[in-house]
Amino acid sequence: MEGTYDNMNRRIRVLVAKPALDGHDRGVLMLAKALRDAGMEVLYAGLLPTPEMVAKIAVDEDVDVVALSLHNSAHMTAFPEVKKWLEKLGAKDIQIVGGGIIPPEDREKLEAMGITGNYGPGTPLNVIIDHIKKAAKKKWEMESGSV
Amino acid sequence: MPDEKRWRRETLDPWIKGKREERINSSDIKLKEIYGPWDVNINYDEDLGFPGEYPFTRGIYPDMYRGRLWTMRMFSGFGTPEDTNKRLKLLLSHGETGLSIAFDMPTLYGYNADSERAHGEVGKCGVNVSSLRDMEIIFRDIPLDKVSTSMTINAPANILTAMYIIVGEKQGVPMEKLSGTVQADILKEYIAQKEWLYPPEAHMRIIRDMMVFSTKNMPKWNYISISGYHIREAGASAVQEMAFTLADGFQYVKLGMENGLDVDSFAPRLSFFFNSSINFFEEIAKFRAARRIWAREMKETYGAKNPRSMMLRFHTQTSGYTLTWQQPLNNIVRTAVEAMAAIIGGTQSLHTNSYDEAWALPSEQAVEVALRTQQILAYETGIADVIDPLGGSYYIEYLTDKMEEEAYKYFRTIDSMGGVVNAIKNGYIQREIAATSYAHQRRIESGEVKVVGVNAFAKENESPINVLKIDYTAEENQIRRIREIKAIRDEEKVRKSLDKLRNAYQSDENSMIAVIEAVRNYATLEEIANVGREVFGGWKEPMII
Repeated sequence: MEGTYDNMNRRIRVLVAKPALDGHDRGVLMLAKALRDAGMEVLYAGLLPTPEMVAKIAVDEDVDVVALSLHNSAHMTAFPEVKKWLEKLGAKDIQIVGGGIIPPEDREKLEAMGITGNYGPGTPLNVIIDHIKKAAKKKWEMESGSV
Repeated sequence: MPDEKRWRRETLDPWIKGKREERINSSDIKLKEIYGPWDVNINYDEDLGFPGEYPFTRGIYPDMYRGRLWTMRMFSGFGTPEDTNKRLKLLLSHGETGLSIAFDMPTLYGYNADSERAHGEVGKCGVNVSSLRDMEIIFRDIPLDKVSTSMTINAPANILTAMYIIVGEKQGVPMEKLSGTVQADILKEYIAQKEWLYPPEAHMRIIRDMMVFSTKNMPKWNYISISGYHIREAGASAVQEMAFTLADGFQYVKLGMENGLDVDSFAPRLSFFFNSSINFFEEIAKFRAARRIWAREMKETYGAKNPRSMMLRFHTQTSGYTLTWQQPLNNIVRTAVEAMAAIIGGTQSLHTNSYDEAWALPSEQAVEVALRTQQILAYETGIADVIDPLGGSYYIEYLTDKMEEEAYKYFRTIDSMGGVVNAIKNGYIQREIAATSYAHQRRIESGEVKVVGVNAFAKENESPINVLKIDYTAEENQIRRIREIKAIRDEEKVRKSLDKLRNAYQSDENSMIAVIEAVRNYATLEEIANVGREVFGGWKEPMII
């Protein structure tokens, strides 16, 4: 079934968000639609949430993956900030994926922090969808203690 | 009359063996294999006219680029006010007189550098301005009566205008002599770029205050640049960009007229800012159609008498969206084609994007190539020799007419909702754009639309490029300056001027004087913005998805 992973009959819950002062929402709106069309349950945090707000919504809504997008060069502060807040709220297992205008060396740094993907503009939606499915799977495995 | 049906039956169909293929452009206009005189019904004088004459379809100036090339205006701004001051002085020493300044996100959203919201964003996408002191530093040793300054600022445009006025005043340059432009197009913020402080009605009222104040006191100040660029980048088609932007323009015209301004007293100062994207012919038709619609509406609907009120002047920037992070050098070619469309379309000024912008802010080398692209077009290709060189092409004239027709459909829909502000508040315009953007992406995913290096001719291993590395200490610097200002300013004066502004906002009086007063007393950007936040509240957009 679409939107689920392998044979686990469970829908992936994703929060898409832009955790900074950044109104360039073309990518995030498109991603939200695409993930929904791929059968996932999608929440959108609206414009201008702080990293703290994003983490709280993620925890309250019990999402599997937080998909972050920024085009304002704030990814190196805002993305790790979301991660920090998730950890603070005891939700280490929620996976964070990123995207936007992200220079190559920043990609490496983000990956090292466990913020994965970090795709640039023009990435095929299927690539992102697959990545999010894998991230969700990882989270479920962490939940069930198999990791 | 030539017989297209006969040609199809006898020549085309046997050749293609009856396999008709449907093609559409970004505006969803169906394209035939060929266009001929039977597809266009043009009255030359009424529909095209000569350059410099109504309806300006062929260009707004009689000699266009023969007299003067378009202005190659490259937009920049970064880091601290000191960095930007150095950069501006360098540009001036190279003979530039038109400055174009980009601000960082905190400034655009009305937050000071020391705000919690600003962390990590100070000086990143432009220069940071938290108070008048920063503007004084940006323009230190730059005589404001000798330069014209374009500032890409929207929601807090009234505050930045006030700062510019005071910087001038301190240099002994009265505001009548200040020359420049603030973008201040709040309608496109709600539609696309989403950088607002207050609800639409509050911002429109502030724009009204700026319009009325500047019309009376600042004859050389262009207080609005009506922008389609961001609308297009947000996913709109060419026709949507044109239709929504012109609709915004008419809304500002109505605003001025409703507030007692004679249309010819302010309309010549309105200018536009468009995107030039990758479908060459569609873009050219868009620019031509936009000029004709604006001229006709200004004359016939808004009663303009001065031809300058009917001339659609515009700046163009090539499309950021079409740049790919895959095989980035290909972007040089895309930008060149888009620049050509803008020039053939009759732009007054042009910014060409740099090939590395899908990766990072542009490196110096990439910016240089982008500028050289314009120079090669200008001096080597003959593009500037003949005005509106594609005018009279059956295809271009057909598309120009068709784009106009499609734009009017949008005007009617927007009118039926009670105008642009309502069509924004109910989310109609934003949803139209999101739907177009998604449909386009789906066409890319299916392979129907090909993007070289992305879904066609992709490479397994990309060769890396060198991108700009930013090492900014702007944040600390700016936070320190706010502390210094707060330590030396007269708090009583600040409080009083903010109270005065609150009263102005609460009543219907023009708020510009009060904003200028607050700025003069070194009230900070955020303090001034907060008065509006208290009085008007914030704004949450309707659900788009």
